Amino acid sequence: MNALRERLWGVAAYFRGNTKLLSGVSLILALVLFWLIGSLVVSPARSAPIASLPSQPPSWQYPLGTDTHGRDLLAVMMMGTGFTLRIGFVAGAIGLGIGTILGFLSGYYGGLLDTVIKWTGDVLLTIPILAVLVVVAAMLPGTMSLNFMTLLVASLSWMLPTRAIRAQVLSMREQAYVQVARLSGMNHLEVIVKELMPNLLPYLAASFVVTSAGAVLALIGLEFLGLGPQDIPTLGMTIYWATSYAAILRGMWWWWAPPAVIIAALFVGLFLVSAGLDEIVNPKLKRRGI
Amino acid sequence: MKAEVLQVQNLRVYYQTAVGALKAVDDVTFSLKPRERFGLAGESGSGKSTLALALMCLIKPPGYIEGGQVLLDGVDLIKFSEDEMRKVRLAQIALVPQGAMNTLNPVVRIKGQIIDGIVDHSNKIPRSALEERVHELLKRVELEPEVVNMFPHELSGGMKQRVCLAIAISLSPRVIIADELTSALDVVVQRQVMLTLGQLQENLGASVLLVGHDMGLMAQFVDRIGMLYAGKLVEVGPVREVFKESLHPYTQLLIACLPSLEGKRRFKGIPGLPPLLLNPPSGCVFHTRCPQAMSRCSLEVPSLKEVRPERRVACHLYTEDKR
Amino acid sequence: MTINYVLKRLGFFVLVIWVATSLMFIVPRLAGRNPIVERMGQTAGAAGIISSEGLGEMVKEWEAKFGLDQPLGKQYLYYLRDILRLDFGYSFAYYPAKVVDRLAGAAPWTIGLFGMATLISFLLGSLAGALLAWPKTAGFLQYLLPLFLTLSAVPYYLLGLVLLFLFAFTIRIFPLGGGYSVAAVPSLSFPFVLDILQHSVLPGLALVLGGIGMWALHMRGMMVIGRKEDYITFAEAKGLGGKRIFFRYALRNLLLPQVTSLALSLGIVISGAILVEVVFGYPGLGTLLLKAVSGFDYNLINGVVFIIIIIVAVGTLLLDLLYPLIDPRITYHRRIR
Repeated sequence: MNALRERLWGVAAYFRGNTKLLSGVSLILALVLFWLIGSLVVSPARSAPIASLPSQPPSWQYPLGTDTHGRDLLAVMMMGTGFTLRIGFVAGAIGLGIGTILGFLSGYYGGLLDTVIKWTGDVLLTIPILAVLVVVAAMLPGTMSLNFMTLLVASLSWMLPTRAIRAQVLSMREQAYVQVARLSGMNHLEVIVKELMPNLLPYLAASFVVTSAGAVLALIGLEFLGLGPQDIPTLGMTIYWATSYAAILRGMWWWWAPPAVIIAALFVGLFLVSAGLDEIVNPKLKRRGI
Repeated sequence: MKAEVLQVQNLRVYYQTAVGALKAVDDVTFSLKPRERFGLAGESGSGKSTLALALMCLIKPPGYIEGGQVLLDGVDLIKFSEDEMRKVRLAQIALVPQGAMNTLNPVVRIKGQIIDGIVDHSNKIPRSALEERVHELLKRVELEPEVVNMFPHELSGGMKQRVCLAIAISLSPRVIIADELTSALDVVVQRQVMLTLGQLQENLGASVLLVGHDMGLMAQFVDRIGMLYAGKLVEVGPVREVFKESLHPYTQLLIACLPSLEGKRRFKGIPGLPPLLLNPPSGCVFHTRCPQAMSRCSLEVPSLKEVRPERRVACHLYTEDKR
Repeated sequence: MTINYVLKRLGFFVLVIWVATSLMFIVPRLAGRNPIVERMGQTAGAAGIISSEGLGEMVKEWEAKFGLDQPLGKQYLYYLRDILRLDFGYSFAYYPAKVVDRLAGAAPWTIGLFGMATLISFLLGSLAGALLAWPKTAGFLQYLLPLFLTLSAVPYYLLGLVLLFLFAFTIRIFPLGGGYSVAAVPSLSFPFVLDILQHSVLPGLALVLGGIGMWALHMRGMMVIGRKEDYITFAEAKGLGGKRIFFRYALRNLLLPQVTSLALSLGIVISGAILVEVVFGYPGLGTLLLKAVSGFDYNLINGVVFIIIIIVAVGTLLLDLLYPLIDPRITYHRRIR
């Protein structure tokens, strides 16, 4: 029990004095809460079309109004937030996982493996993700399942983590404690897991945040073009419908503004977390306010 | 007595840390005469590089000059504004850093790096005059004229050192401070660079402050030598005398450590470690490692006193009233 | 600049194009569905033809005409050949226009907007970031940075939406969209150019505001460390003027990693630019893509995506070729990426 408390205390130490990290995590937690509470309180049926009167401005009955299809936008927001969060973080995690493995292999073993991974990553990085996603998404008309989208986005998110991890591994590989570990008989896998990993945790965390942000960005970008799932309410698709139906011109601000605000909040939260993590990794950045 | 070119009085340079002030340079006093070569010798951590930077007023936070004076021809540089000091640097006091390290701008050609120092200290000079000056300077440090258009990474360590020399003398300063000039060079190049420095100094009529840890080099080059230990000046005197008969125990031990070409013997060292400057020993800063320490040494800080003509020591062995 | 280096960068460029086009060939076919068939089915259905044998024959004809009944390897070669000739076929949505023509019309708008906006935000952001890490900078910049950083976290098109709402709808300073006024006749006259500029302000602003923070942050991070370099200390010991030290010694040396960052980010930025165009109805590749997607115009989709990839690859190539000019050390050693 005490060990656990010590662990928690250690984690809390990261947050002390780090306003960015704190505010970022709080923001994201707030969104998560919004989704969770929402899914308990509001029934998903309300987010379906024609469940409510169409084009209603906000009122007590419909706190966020409804769209032209008769969807209750509050319900849509709550569910949409959940979907976006889930896809973003799952894709981010998968992308990070792949990226970490590749980064380790690349940095630790070097040689031909390193060259191949590096060049593949660089080539894929140069290709705009959205472009490939659009082609794929468009070629598969009909509803694209959420899981498929997640996998798709994840498969193109590994490049940046690979780079970052590789760079770190390269610099750490030459450090004395690694040599000592090898000399004391650890095989490569043990070295990776016991010695290198713990030191890489801040970088992994930072990479996770960035990768998730990238995944959400790609996802919402696809939806914005109308290529997202048609039957599930998501944030990006809501904005797509809103712009398709000229919501701005019709003054229906309650249609496009809430998803925009939620998306913005998510990104700002992720950004703050990554900036906060940056400060942990490089304490010199802490001075002068930001 | 001839007026001294540079007078350092009670200089104190501290570093602010989370746990207190670190005394990198603690109450150092010495002076530099015109056309003189003065060596400031000390191990790593003795404060010699900090001292060199302090003389140019280049100490940055968390370091700060806590007190003292640096008088150039009688004028206190510490009191100068940043702008005034900028004009003094290179023109009056020039620093020759370790050229082999990253001291030259990697993306600017040598020509530009020599010229920009000159340009920033004078009014409009025609391009042709500047180019001529660069050629002349390179000749004086014995570098080929082709070097002008090269980048630093294309030069060897010795060549880069010479470029730094050329920059240092470009405005004919009164004082040249050479910081660890030859530490990264091999012996042959070392000798050449030192010879060049000597010639340049004579031509300019400048004074040289040679900061370093190579006692052998000091012995061959300087007129007077000062021994720096843990931020304090412990002995000053003409170099031959100090070597023949060192007064301070630290100097004695240090010179005894030097390998000799006459016969083999075991390497000697000085037992113990240099003190942490955050919490230096009470009294004399060397007393914990001194083989001749007395009870007084742990209580009272010895001051640098002239015990013989031109010889100053900070040691209780030489204070008159022995208690 | 050594030949080796140029060849290497060109090789990379070709590799990128090849990989991208191959992906675009392979991935849809992996899905196992035949989009052409489905499309034809839809068109046929719309015309009222429901019989399936007729459909089957049509499909066979189509496949024969477009070589879809050939073995996959041959199809791939034909595909590559067509791509190299920039022959994407006809556009469904804009029939009888050829895809290439529509691309040629839209691409300059995108390149102009994206190019200018990226350049501006890169230069402004880098300068601001560098100044922020430099000791003697004016204080007010400090307050601007958090603002721009927050803005940069938000996707460009969201910024575009807000800007559109604020400055084109609520306060009508700028036009609501498009590349130029509806009634205007395209010409090289000054009023027309002004018209174009007026229409580019909001989209451009969305891109710039969203981009500055990123560059400023990156540059600042590097400058905090770069400020302590030996050559900076020596520059100060030389008594050089503050401006010279900042620009020629500090900033200049950090330019290379910053440009590397730029090259890596082109793909991401252009994806954002495309979406911004959609928000504003700007007549570039973004709007074209939207039209293509909503019209299931696969040829056009292929074409637009290909051009986007080309733009990014060329941009990266140009920046890569710029490196030796920025850092003289690159010519002689293998580039460290």
